Amino acid sequence: MAPDTSEANDSPAERLLPLYRTMARIRAFENAAEEASRGSVAAFGASSDAASMIRGPLHLSTGQEAVAAGICANLTRDDYLTSTHRGHGHTLAKGANITAMMCELFGRGAGTNKGKGGSMHIADFAVGMLGANGVVAAGIPIAVGAAHSAKIRGSKAIVACFFGDGAINRGPFLEGLNWAKIFELPVLFVCEDNRYSATTATDAMTAGDGAAARARGIGIPAESVDGNDVLAVDAMARELVARIRAGAGPQLLHALTYRVKGHVSVDAAAYRDPRELESALEGDPLKLAGLRLAALGVAAATVAKIDTEVRNEIDAALAAAHSAPATEPDEAYADVQDLGAGQWR
Amino acid sequence: MALMSYAQAACSALAGAMRADAGVVALGEDVGNGGVFGQYRGLREEFGASRVIDTPISEATIMGAAVGMALTGLRPVVEMRVVDFALCAIDEIVNQAAKNRYMFGGQGRVPLVARLPIGIWSGSAAQHSQSLEAWFAHIPGLVVVTPATPADNYALLAAAIECGDPVIYMEHKELWGLEGEVPPEPTAVLGKARIARGGTDLTLLSWSGMLHTALAAAEQAALQGVSVEVIDLRTIWPWDRETVLESASRTGCLLVAHEAVQAAGFGAEIAATVAEALGIPVKRVGAARIPVGYARTLENVARISTQQLLQELKEFLNNRGRKRSMR
Ligand SMILES: Cc1ncc(C[n+]2csc(CCOP(=O)(O)OP(=O)(O)O)c2C)c(N)n1
Ligand SMILES: [Mg+2]
Repeated sequence: MAPDTSEANDSPAERLLPLYRTMARIRAFENAAEEASRGSVAAFGASSDAASMIRGPLHLSTGQEAVAAGICANLTRDDYLTSTHRGHGHTLAKGANITAMMCELFGRGAGTNKGKGGSMHIADFAVGMLGANGVVAAGIPIAVGAAHSAKIRGSKAIVACFFGDGAINRGPFLEGLNWAKIFELPVLFVCEDNRYSATTATDAMTAGDGAAARARGIGIPAESVDGNDVLAVDAMARELVARIRAGAGPQLLHALTYRVKGHVSVDAAAYRDPRELESALEGDPLKLAGLRLAALGVAAATVAKIDTEVRNEIDAALAAAHSAPATEPDEAYADVQDLGAGQWR
Repeated sequence: MALMSYAQAACSALAGAMRADAGVVALGEDVGNGGVFGQYRGLREEFGASRVIDTPISEATIMGAAVGMALTGLRPVVEMRVVDFALCAIDEIVNQAAKNRYMFGGQGRVPLVARLPIGIWSGSAAQHSQSLEAWFAHIPGLVVVTPATPADNYALLAAAIECGDPVIYMEHKELWGLEGEVPPEPTAVLGKARIARGGTDLTLLSWSGMLHTALAAAEQAALQGVSVEVIDLRTIWPWDRETVLESASRTGCLLVAHEAVQAAGFGAEIAATVAEALGIPVKRVGAARIPVGYARTLENVARISTQQLLQELKEFLNNRGRKRSMR
């Protein structure tokens, strides 16, 4: 079903400009993080470099910005969000503090998680972002629980639950969707389909017609969208969020996009055909949005100004993260638990 | 002899087992492309996709299906990438693989090897850095193996595949690139520890990644005139009491060091057994009972460094050990 975009008050250009800004911010953040993570981990044939500012596996959402931007533009600060290991974009789009995020990636005390989580566990509860997750599909039941809680508490908050195409083959996907449906919970499930699960093309591992078909099979209305077309994602999200807020229960959106980078930043993705990447880059969401802005008569200078502004924001965040002090070692013992704290051995 | 990495050694053992027995199969995420640490490199090319089986991200079914395969004549080698993800398949390991033979009156056998790497994986924080060998040692029916060197990863993986019991095979997340000589004839068997360094003043027992820290600490202690015997336990269950008790009775004191959280760690079991049997001073050194944080500063608090182990060793000798003291 095609979403009705006519209800939007903004003109397409007014709607697109902030979406473009969010996407450009995510892109700039990911580029900066990628740069700071060279040699971050020994895997995929790469060796680790102790001098790397960002440590461990870094999962970039480069090329997937339209999904995060289009969905989160339809959420309020009070709404909740659960994410995956590839969560920078979702977190930025939900409005998290950029400097605190960069500090987190740098292992600084001023990070969103005080340097305890890093990229894979980034979270900003202040904006309803309940956490990235190192375990595939683990966010799904948590999102369902947050929605169940909202329902019990009579809160108006809804929950956006992001997961990858690979996650739909884990049990919690079925269990979580079923639960959300029988309790008619306010959850927007978003399958962010970048076609890959680590080194494996997800298609070959997935029977049937994927996330949307599975959702429909248990009575959850589901839509599919070009996940690189930010206006399309935005329009579809607006429609589904409206349904959820009106009490229609859980909805699912399948957004088709592409994982432009390797699985983690050190992965050169040697297992895939480079031509596949080349053709995917033609559909780059920022490029598409730029073309659309031009077609809508937005001056190139306006777009360039946004690009400069977000780059400046990221540069400032990087500079702050570089000069921020590392997390204090004593923090290792904080926030473990209340009862029993102090009994470490 | 061939120089191999820890990952290559395992790959070579698996390839050998697959050549020798058409019933040996490998299954798990990304195995077809060689595994994300190269620990399955080249196997799909040699044995085909029907024996080197790429699976969906479905840990419960990967493990459960392996139980079904094992019950019906295959010898599956199950890839779980890290022990932390095997928690998504804990029922299949603990209630199914481990219980099947006993519960069904000996009708079934579950000859599978589940690869569940342990240890801190640098910079990957709390959900990818656990050492849970003691959990599995606690479960009747399971064999638990923790190779520390390329030679052992070669010999012990081959032995695990042949074993016939469900084996929880715990490589270390940070040893994949470690190189060493691997003799063609296996130099390790399941259930047998190795004296990695002879000594007379103290027995220092360890396994997996911590073995290398233990050897470094022993080297430094030697410079200070203390002779430390280092034992690599290799197999956590069944563990080699004979070798450990013999060494500890000779040196007169035992220190067990492991990367896992100290509280309820496997070191407690060994220390208690040795104290009961020999009545000698024993000590455990393990991690604080805290999750592993992301920042380097936090991760370092959760690790046992060589210096820290050496310090613990000195204090132990000075306070409890009988023979020698160290400054
Ligand atoms: C339960 C579990 N199994 C395996 C992994 C290892 N792993 C991390 S990301 C990933 C691929 C996930 O694919 P998808 O859900 O499509 O997300 P994407 O990485 O493409 O964003 C895998 C297998 C994990 N983190 N958790
Ligand atoms: Mg994917």
